[in-house]
Amino acid sequence: MELNSILYSLLGGALIGVAVTLMLLFNGRVTGISGILASSLAKPNSESLWRWMFLAGMIVGGFFMYQIRPDLFVNVSGRSLAAVAIAGLLVGYGTVMGSGCTSGHGICGLSRFSVRSLLATITFMFFGFLSVQIVNYFLGGSI
Amino acid sequence: MKSNLFKQNAVSFVVGLVFAIGLAVSGMTQPQKIISFLNPSNWDASLLFVMLGALGVHLISYPLIRKRKSPLLETKWHIPTRQDVTARLVLGSALFGIGWGLAGFCPGPALTSLASGDVKSLLFVATMIFGMLLFKKTEAHLKLKE
Repeated sequence: MELNSILYSLLGGALIGVAVTLMLLFNGRVTGISGILASSLAKPNSESLWRWMFLAGMIVGGFFMYQIRPDLFVNVSGRSLAAVAIAGLLVGYGTVMGSGCTSGHGICGLSRFSVRSLLATITFMFFGFLSVQIVNYFLGGSI
Repeated sequence: MKSNLFKQNAVSFVVGLVFAIGLAVSGMTQPQKIISFLNPSNWDASLLFVMLGALGVHLISYPLIRKRKSPLLETKWHIPTRQDVTARLVLGSALFGIGWGLAGFCPGPALTSLASGDVKSLLFVATMIFGMLLFKKTEAHLKLKE
């Protein structure tokens, strides 16, 4: 890995750390993206508007970055549309069942030494690894 | 309190904005980086450094902030307090992991990529939302403890 790539990853990670810090300091909430998205699907009211605002912020942030660095959004994973569709289904179903994803468990949960989040993070990392290995060794790297 | 709700919504927007910029800057909106992170024979350590950067900030800020009686714009904390390990937690995380390795997307980067118009991120977000709704529909039949 190039030094530049490492520095950008650290910088981006620190920005994410600042974002979840702001959410905690001002609103007293955990920034768990799967939880925010899943709960936003219920009927909106004034108490839940913050979830929509968060999601809008993410989309605007993505739009802004795409305008200045479209190369950061190139998807060369080689995964088929069918695989991506099934993956989305598994991620949606699994994150609600498991009460969180990379942000809620992996960053917020680990920062407060939550045993549940540690176990969840180890589990999704391990099964992610298995998933990639199965595609590589049994399906020749493409699905 | 009403004006606090407005301020909370404004903070949420900024948090989403900064989070998305962080994900893009760190390379997490490129699914192949995630797939390579999960593949030791062709390893891309980006995600490790993203986690180090984020945890480096939040491991320090979390205990400092929690020393306060309440958040700045709220009367109480909304932090999960559960400690119990359930089959549901592990099984759900396993399903998430399989999907994560399959597409190289987790929820945050997929949402951040929407505005790029990438068909795969659009498709992923659509089926992800469907999966979330599906879980809520099927939850009662799973016989898994909450």
